[in-house]
Amino acid sequence: MASDGISNSGIPDRQQIAQQRLRIIAGHLQKPLDTSDGRIRALECNAPDNQPSGATTKTVPRRRQEVMKWNGWGYSDSRFHFNKKGQAEFTGKRYRLSGMIMPSLKDWFEGTFGANIQHKNFASAVLSPGAVRPPTLNEAFTEEVRSTGIPYSSDAEDRVFRGHGHCLHEIFALREGKVGRVPDMVVWPNCHNDVVKIVELACKHNVCLIPYGGGTSVSSALECPPEEARSIVSLDTSQMNRILWIDEKNLTAHVEAGIVGQDLERLLGESGYCTGHEPDSMEFSSLGGWVATRASGMKKNIYGNIEDLLVHVKMVTPRGVVEKSCLVPRMSTGPDIHHFILGSEGTLGVVTEVTIKIRPLPEYQKYGSVVFPNFEMGVACLREVAKQRCAPASIRLVDNEQFQFGHALKPQVSSMFTSFLEGLKKFYITKFKGFDPQHLCVATLLFEGDREKVLQHEKQVYDIAAKFGGLAAGEDNGQRGYMLTFVIAYLRDLGMDHFVIGESFETSVPWDRVLDVCRNVKERITRECKDKGVQFTPFSTCRVTQTYDAGACVYFYFAFNSRGLGDPVRVYEQVEHAARQEILANGGSLSHHHGVGKLRKAWMRETLSEVGMGMLKSVKDYVDPENIFGSGNLL
Amino acid sequence: MTSISLYSPRNPMLKKRDDFEDMLEERRSSSDLKYAFKCYTPVLYKGLPPCKTTMLKSMVLQSDQLHYVINQISKETGEVAGAIQEEASAILEEMAHRLQLSTVRFFAFALTKAFKTLFRSISVNEEGIQRLQQAIQDHPVVLLPSHRSYMDFLLMSYILYTYDLALPVIAAGMDFMGMKIVGEMLRMSGAFFIRRSFGGDKLYWAVFSEYVKTMLRNGMAPVEFFLEGTRSRTCKSLTPKLGLLNIVMEPFLKGEVFDVSLVPVSISYERILEESLYARELLGVPKPKESTSGLFKARKVLGENYGSIHVYFGHPVSVRTLSEGRVNRCEFNLQPRFIPRKPSDDTQSFVNDVAYRLVRAQEENMVLMPWVLLASLLLQAHYRGPGCSALGPEPDPHHHHGMTLEELTLQAVWLRGLVRGFGAFLHWPDDKPPSEVVSASMSLHQGLVRVSDGRVWLLLKEPGGPGPGTPEERLLGVAVAVLSCASYRNQVLHVFLRPSLLATAIHIASSGRKEEVFNTFSFLRNMLANEFILCPGAAVQDFEEACQQLVKSGALQVSQQQVTATDRGQPTLAFLTDMLEPFLQGYQVVCRYLCEEASESLTEKDFVPAVRNFTVKLILAGNLRYCEALSSDLQKNALAALLRLGAVHRVNGGEQVTLKVDKMVLNSLTDTLGGKLPTQKSLLARL
Repeated sequence: MASDGISNSGIPDRQQIAQQRLRIIAGHLQKPLDTSDGRIRALECNAPDNQPSGATTKTVPRRRQEVMKWNGWGYSDSRFHFNKKGQAEFTGKRYRLSGMIMPSLKDWFEGTFGANIQHKNFASAVLSPGAVRPPTLNEAFTEEVRSTGIPYSSDAEDRVFRGHGHCLHEIFALREGKVGRVPDMVVWPNCHNDVVKIVELACKHNVCLIPYGGGTSVSSALECPPEEARSIVSLDTSQMNRILWIDEKNLTAHVEAGIVGQDLERLLGESGYCTGHEPDSMEFSSLGGWVATRASGMKKNIYGNIEDLLVHVKMVTPRGVVEKSCLVPRMSTGPDIHHFILGSEGTLGVVTEVTIKIRPLPEYQKYGSVVFPNFEMGVACLREVAKQRCAPASIRLVDNEQFQFGHALKPQVSSMFTSFLEGLKKFYITKFKGFDPQHLCVATLLFEGDREKVLQHEKQVYDIAAKFGGLAAGEDNGQRGYMLTFVIAYLRDLGMDHFVIGESFETSVPWDRVLDVCRNVKERITRECKDKGVQFTPFSTCRVTQTYDAGACVYFYFAFNSRGLGDPVRVYEQVEHAARQEILANGGSLSHHHGVGKLRKAWMRETLSEVGMGMLKSVKDYVDPENIFGSGNLL
Repeated sequence: MTSISLYSPRNPMLKKRDDFEDMLEERRSSSDLKYAFKCYTPVLYKGLPPCKTTMLKSMVLQSDQLHYVINQISKETGEVAGAIQEEASAILEEMAHRLQLSTVRFFAFALTKAFKTLFRSISVNEEGIQRLQQAIQDHPVVLLPSHRSYMDFLLMSYILYTYDLALPVIAAGMDFMGMKIVGEMLRMSGAFFIRRSFGGDKLYWAVFSEYVKTMLRNGMAPVEFFLEGTRSRTCKSLTPKLGLLNIVMEPFLKGEVFDVSLVPVSISYERILEESLYARELLGVPKPKESTSGLFKARKVLGENYGSIHVYFGHPVSVRTLSEGRVNRCEFNLQPRFIPRKPSDDTQSFVNDVAYRLVRAQEENMVLMPWVLLASLLLQAHYRGPGCSALGPEPDPHHHHGMTLEELTLQAVWLRGLVRGFGAFLHWPDDKPPSEVVSASMSLHQGLVRVSDGRVWLLLKEPGGPGPGTPEERLLGVAVAVLSCASYRNQVLHVFLRPSLLATAIHIASSGRKEEVFNTFSFLRNMLANEFILCPGAAVQDFEEACQQLVKSGALQVSQQQVTATDRGQPTLAFLTDMLEPFLQGYQVVCRYLCEEASESLTEKDFVPAVRNFTVKLILAGNLRYCEALSSDLQKNALAALLRLGAVHRVNGGEQVTLKVDKMVLNSLTDTLGGKLPTQKSLLARL
């Protein structure tokens, strides 16, 4: 196991650390994919010849559907299914869980959702050609794009792939083979200048542009407005994925915005560096996408959120290119224009290049976990950790339901000894320490830094935890917690195969309201499901995923058995809407890092005030008066 | 949880009520001691273990809310925070309950003994108990019983103990504390004591509200209080007090709990223990101070029969459901929640609305005994007769004509049909012949009514009282009897209130034009809004409800423009008008007093005695037959209405509050009330 190697060694050898780091980042990824489409079309781009990293291994090909599912999450070769014995199994070779059997998942699944794995509702395997309306092409625009040599396509599969994010309703429709309005054309610029050309042409011919990075949006941001009459062009940044330079003196890297998280970390790792920005979607989400949505990574306690990492950004807008004149850590020059770009969600332009802070790879990394008798104690502990400002790289608290969920994902234990140890641990916690298995909850921890400091830090955190009744519960539990975030999206597809639909959503909230928000939102979900005719109590669970000085980020999972419902998606959407209302009524934010898109637009006015909306509107009106970037997000 | 909205359209005929079980029945056949020591294992909120009162107290004293207020007071007064903290601790000591199961068991034993001799039955709707049991597990529960007797809260705890439900913590007036041992015993059976008035005392308010909210937030025990604030001496529901209701809603509005369930409970007594006590109190004979020795004197009541008690646990009402679309909870987002803060106007009006609707829910589930119908009829007959004007120097007992028993029975049967048509919760044993029901009722109330020579009349003099005294003394005797009798009639008033307002409006209005009738209706409704439970802003709804009821009973025809009384509806309309008449007359007396006699320096304190003297004179002079006008309750309500309508103003002059009369407004109100002036739109607009 990759991480075991890490925690047991600590040799400060730069090269070796880089290798270890690589293995962590790719902990879920067996090997980088070698695709035939992997060559760079340099064309007239003036990319430096002496690229510090080999950009030849690319994760994301132009024809994404060759490696990724067109109607589900992630890689085509990786999926959960119940095998003939009724045991859950994860296919493929990419992840730690790949090829493993999870014996308790079936019981958990059937028990939690009142589901039956014999009830199947598989997705349609192929896209029927008739489902996609023929593209509305702007001939003049197409002609001029062709003359620039920038690759483009209006193939149905390419278009459908870029017409959606990963909201439940989007995936649900695709699984049923239903396709709404999708882009009419996809272009693959290869560099900043390509983007400048495309945006100029779009303005010239009045074409609507929707930038596309990793496609992991969960805010309906990638949905094409059905009322859009112009030709819609999806601008796929995936081929702009090079690290253009690394500056070891200032610890910055200049990177093309289309690079996806795993490639960025892997390539920087080869030079012994990392950005430390690890959102749960980092396998697929792109640097430009992070900027455009104000993303947050799980290790923000050490490295900061995207707005803290950003030193310089270049964005191509209908008015021209916007960027600052220097690469400085901070400046006082009026309102920070970066903050018009951060979170602009593709409504102002395309982020093409980013200068981002980098850090040397950490010498040592260690997972950990703490069991608390109940969620209240857990939250109190996290609050104290935040107060003392000693949060490890990541600290997350999952509630009891999610703790049990995590347990259901335990792979088959290989040895009698391990299972004996597990039993002993369980006995110690529940019987000897008197923790109620129906109430206990777990905080998962990730420490990073040099070995000595990590151990010191670890002790400090465990000492605080002990004051709140917390018991250290080992590295394994911690690591499994983090793994869950990567596989959860795959699990949703498994649920949908058996009529269980669900989604996650998040918020940020002041410390004093964390418990209230968690309790009320979970209960609201349960109540709404009941009112809407959902037969079986829904799975409604939360975790505190980030701590700040003044509050925390809370993440909710919610899923239910939709069998017997006439319009499951509608029920789902009503419940999610109610849950969001509940969040807002309890003092939570509209979003901590997922963004607004079109899904949460309705609440923007009450969130920002009339004047605040006017400010955003006036920026949009100046930068993009013709609404070329017409995704309709945000405003 | 079953939670029905209080806003559901009212259709009296669809009203379904649960059946009753007599809980005394089992007590009569089994050991009281065994019962008192029965195994008591109530279900609790979310299955949480009960919390010690010491723990509760320390939670209150350590709360951010209290600390904030203490620091604030310390800054304002310069007093050391520590000293204020101690003061807070003392307040809490004085206030807090100390629930002890042993005391509860003692009460269970003693009360069983007392109840078995006093009452024929104590009937409870067991379905309501089951709903409550479920509600207690799901959400913090607030019990809101009606308040007619000291017995109410002991009775509530007694019932909950019997049915193995969590014992409530009850807000009680400080006056109980005066009763040394009993006060402490009540404390140990779950009562906590609040001062009657602490208006400006920030610290007291902070301790008190935090104490209640802590119990709710943690679901430690159901909180019980009386929406009406005090016992209703008239047996009419009192306009709700909002203080405690605001407090119990706050944990929900601030997101500290998912929901709060409000459970209205209606306790109906066939005969009230305090019956003549109340009448005396209303007439200005001061209320005896609560004392333990007084309680023992009250033991003589043990020899009498007080009939049956009905307790109806209403549907739990979810504050969350009620507040949907009415309250924006975001209003609390921009300030830490520990800072005390007045809720927005919207929220305040929401709480007010809920309070009214809860009291109406209490009213609707009050069980009416046949006697309340008889009392209504006898009182009307009394007012139609020579009544009080016959209080000459030589009273002739045969002046009280009364009515024949047959007449009374016949009318009672007619009235039974009418109240049932209006959706009243009448407990009339249909399996017995009406005459039997009537005589059984009268024998229970033999202190109020006399039958001889086949005629029935109100017993206007207390038996065994002093012989013929001054006319004033004799009037007092009559008034005690009338007010006692009125307290039973008042129990059915809420059923007739809206139709009565309409009938009176038709009577007063100069034409049958619907608009005009409605204007008069609204005027009356507005005038009497302090007297009866009339939800604010629901004039149109009430009007429509009244029209619908009277059309259904065949007394009215209502078209787009016209409201017309039918011929066969005359008796109904006359009866309904007569129901309101004592009140309208009483209000006019108050108006006349203020117009004719009130001096410039009339203080608020002197108002009631002055009006009483004025009224006594009117009655003795034969100019007024309604001795209900002597009721201080009515007089105070009238004053409150006049203050609200701007006919009288309060002027704060040093120690005394004086009342200044606006003659213009007052005259126009008086004339409209007397039917001399058409209800003008302009006047209504001012109201």
